[in-house]
Amino acid sequence: MAYSDKVVDHYSNPRNVGSFDKNDPSVGTGLVGAPECGDVMKLQIKVNEQGIVEDAKFKTYGCGSAIASSSLATEWLKGKTLDEAYNIKNTEIVAELNLPPVKIHCSVLAEDAIKMAIEDYKKKKDVPAEKEAVTA
Amino acid sequence: MNFPIYMDHNATTPMDPRVLEAMMPYFTKVYGNAASRSHQYGWEAEEAVEKARQQIADLIGCTTKEIVFTSGATESDNLALMGIAEMYASKGNHIITLPTEHKAIIDTCKYLERHGKEVTYLSVDEFGMVDLEALRNAIKDTTILVSIMMANNEIGTIQPVAEIGKICREKGVIFHTDATQGVGKIPVDVNAMNIDLMSFTAHKMYGPKGVGALYVRKKSPRVKLSEQMHGGGHERGMRSGTLNVPGIVGFGKACEICKEEMESESKRLIYLRDKMINTFLSRVKYSYLNGHPTERLPHNVNVSFEYVEGEGLMMGIKDLAVSSGSACTSATLEPSYVLKALGRGDELAHSSIRYGLGRFTTEEEVDFAIEQTIDSVNHLRELSPLWEMFNEGIDLKSVQWAAH
Ligand SMILES: Cc1ncc(COP(=O)(O)O)c(C=O)c1O
Ligand code: FES
Repeated sequence: MAYSDKVVDHYSNPRNVGSFDKNDPSVGTGLVGAPECGDVMKLQIKVNEQGIVEDAKFKTYGCGSAIASSSLATEWLKGKTLDEAYNIKNTEIVAELNLPPVKIHCSVLAEDAIKMAIEDYKKKKDVPAEKEAVTA
Repeated sequence: MNFPIYMDHNATTPMDPRVLEAMMPYFTKVYGNAASRSHQYGWEAEEAVEKARQQIADLIGCTTKEIVFTSGATESDNLALMGIAEMYASKGNHIITLPTEHKAIIDTCKYLERHGKEVTYLSVDEFGMVDLEALRNAIKDTTILVSIMMANNEIGTIQPVAEIGKICREKGVIFHTDATQGVGKIPVDVNAMNIDLMSFTAHKMYGPKGVGALYVRKKSPRVKLSEQMHGGGHERGMRSGTLNVPGIVGFGKACEICKEEMESESKRLIYLRDKMINTFLSRVKYSYLNGHPTERLPHNVNVSFEYVEGEGLMMGIKDLAVSSGSACTSATLEPSYVLKALGRGDELAHSSIRYGLGRFTTEEEVDFAIEQTIDSVNHLRELSPLWEMFNEGIDLKSVQWAAH
């Protein structure tokens, strides 16, 4: 199967590879997939006081389309509000990267990772708030 | 070097130019039907077919009357299994095989199971080897056939065919072997190995695609088959259809060349194979050889690079034409059933690459393949969350994965 130029570009020059400290309260982490399935994607967002995604990073174990989907997702996430970020659709990734039907699940994985990262960030925000309420 | 470098010789081989040369006259000059007894065109075609039969028989140590031409190993496998199951139905209904066989065997067995036959799939060890004691114990009164491949197409493991043949002969059970990957690459002698039926194909040994053969033992014991292709009664009634004369001529020539050059060719390939394997295992941490280290086809390398996914890796080694056991490359999105049968976990199947070397593979190409692979593995490990977790000391087996 031939890959689109955009997939090849993201694969060869992946954007925003790396990790943030997952215990940092401003960081949300999404980890989806499983090694037995042949794909694992870790996507992290760093959110500022205004609720804007300031930075994003990824690491992916999987095919070229999975690597490209997550690399593209980190690019798109930067500068978005959490609501905007939550609305990123896998179909937009499919369209941007010209993914063929057998590679749609790679983009679904990226969408899942984004949502999981946002939920993780929100959960973390809530927990210390509750704690404060108790000790006050 | 010619890019991409072809390293998929377990899938198919290019034709040797000497084979093509031998075939050429049979397309446009000697184009008769080998079954036409009434004129020179037919006689010459038949003569060419008989010469090829001799060349093939010489390679595997049988007589010309024991070669049945087919369209390839898939058809030979089907003819052997279906033909025996039908012919010996009154004697029994039990067949023994391996889970690591080619689909041409597995799917035929599945079909036979749906039609009242009983099939035992013996398990294999971590190298893909059959357990001879388990085979001996699995044979029962109703067993009519043992079908065990000579060498595996994915992992290159060579089975102890002579020992299997001996057990089958002792027990009086017919022994078929799918020797598609073995014939022309390693020495085969159907009598010394007690083989009763054997499938092989021209396109894996530098011959043309679309022609193969089934060896059918004629004496002690005489093996009988029900035909699966009905018609003009060609090939002693076992496979009807006008013979593919140019293909058969090429098949014969390919066998002749393999016989002459096997010794030097396999020595050269084993050197390249072992150079590749040893370099990977010594320079890439957490890389593993799939298949047997020594009982192995001379031209097969199959390695898993842990924490790197096979299809992702194939994209990195874009100058190499290789294949992977990764799910992502297969139509079913399932990782290789052969690697899974070795019982070493699905991850290693996902991260496997098969390099099939061949007659025209050079050392320069092998060196290039080694370097491009290692560079890509390093690049992908930098990208791999599993590699990162592993380096942080996280036990990947203890992680709760959000499988999709
Ligand atoms: C072990 C084995 N059996 C059978 C086949 C099928 O051969 P053919 O392509 O000639 O039908 C192959 C090759 O694909 C093979 O490797
Ligand atoms: S991750 Fe499996 S096909 Fe892309």
